[in-house]
Amino acid sequence: MREINVKEITDSVKKLCVESNCILNDDIYSVLKKSVETEVSEIGKDILEKIVKNADLAKEKMKPICQDTGMAVIFIEIGQEVHISGGNLTAAINEGVKQGYSEGFLRKSVVEDPLIRVNTNDNTPAIIHYDITDGDRIKITVAPKGFGSENMSRLYMLKPSQGENGVKEAVIKTVTLAGSNPCPPMVVGVGIGGNFEHSAYLAKKALLRPIGNYSDKPHIKALEKELFEKVNKTGIGPQGLGGKTTVMGLNIETFATHIAGLPVAVNISCHVTRHREIIL
Amino acid sequence: MSIKINTPITRQMAENLKAGDIVEISGIIYTARDAAHKRMLEEYEKSGELPFDIKNQTIYFAGPSPAKPGEPIGSVGPTTSYRMDSYSPKTIELGLTAMIGKGSRNEEVVEAMKKYKAVYIGAIGGAGALLSSHIKKCDVIAYPDLGAEAVHRLEVYNFPGIVIIDSYGNNLYETEVLKYKEI
Repeated sequence: MREINVKEITDSVKKLCVESNCILNDDIYSVLKKSVETEVSEIGKDILEKIVKNADLAKEKMKPICQDTGMAVIFIEIGQEVHISGGNLTAAINEGVKQGYSEGFLRKSVVEDPLIRVNTNDNTPAIIHYDITDGDRIKITVAPKGFGSENMSRLYMLKPSQGENGVKEAVIKTVTLAGSNPCPPMVVGVGIGGNFEHSAYLAKKALLRPIGNYSDKPHIKALEKELFEKVNKTGIGPQGLGGKTTVMGLNIETFATHIAGLPVAVNISCHVTRHREIIL
Repeated sequence: MSIKINTPITRQMAENLKAGDIVEISGIIYTARDAAHKRMLEEYEKSGELPFDIKNQTIYFAGPSPAKPGEPIGSVGPTTSYRMDSYSPKTIELGLTAMIGKGSRNEEVVEAMKKYKAVYIGAIGGAGALLSSHIKKCDVIAYPDLGAEAVHRLEVYNFPGIVIIDSYGNNLYETEVLKYKEI
């Protein structure tokens, strides 16, 4: 059995928190650069140019791309041949978040109680999704998520009879309602199936897939392409000030579901969609 | 071509700005997000005072990330403005003439803007690193316990924005999106 000390997990999480917030991933960056050329709105083009400039500046100065450095969302896949030693795993992850947000000069945006609302001042606790896999490795993905876009996300419990058309309507409606609020151009994660909470988890997970990489399932790939085209006809454009660049990527994840249901979750993300991973 | 504006912005200046105008703002502006608005207006109810004289002032809906050593401020882009919709009619009534943020505003805010002559200016959401390069000085002037949500007094220089809703109720989000809408 392979042993991994929690110290290594803390250090990795810390590093990923800082890097993900200051360095925009290549997939998003290259789509933004390309859209400067393809955007037809003059205002939109100017905004996209500035967004690219902002990403360059953030990377150069290792400054947050966006001041909303989000709530830290962590996906951890643990190989079942791994033994974690030296302490509690959840505590180790949260310690990494605490160190990363403090030492990286990232904003602390978490309140301890949703109603009393006092800041925890270290951006913990993180939202952690655990998964057990084969092998003797641990994969950690840190995906900080701001709430400008999170607030625009929606979950629909459709009837099976609504089928694919119902899914399309749900996605287009969510993007249209989001409009200028979530800092478009957006990235859209869609979760179809599972149950109430699993569809939301799938939608979040869909945001981790690099944009431009389609689903392996042919019918889902076709749906991704069709919806991508449709949401870009809404006219919302960069920052909601009109144009063709509304959504940069639209990924769908699916799971088995109950005979009576068709859950659809749409997780809206902004042009600063962040995620970074490491395999230990 | 952009229009250079020096704060404070009078009602007359606000009235002259039109939706679609590209602006560059210099001078003093104040940050406040939902938590600060809530506290400011609750205190105003009790004492009749605000942490700063709001007449002809500009509020930037924003909460910066911490400053690195040697820099005045961390990244600081706008937050989503609709969360301030329940407070803005009151701040406008009290003398506020400009708001900087991103995203839609509701009917009540637009009505107050028309009645008292105020403008809503959009800054690029998610461009916090770039926007921070237009800030020369930053001081917390109220509610330090709120951290990033405290009221900050910012000295800005050529801070870039675009007038989204003017004091006549023209709304760039509505007019521009319609030009490109095909669905």
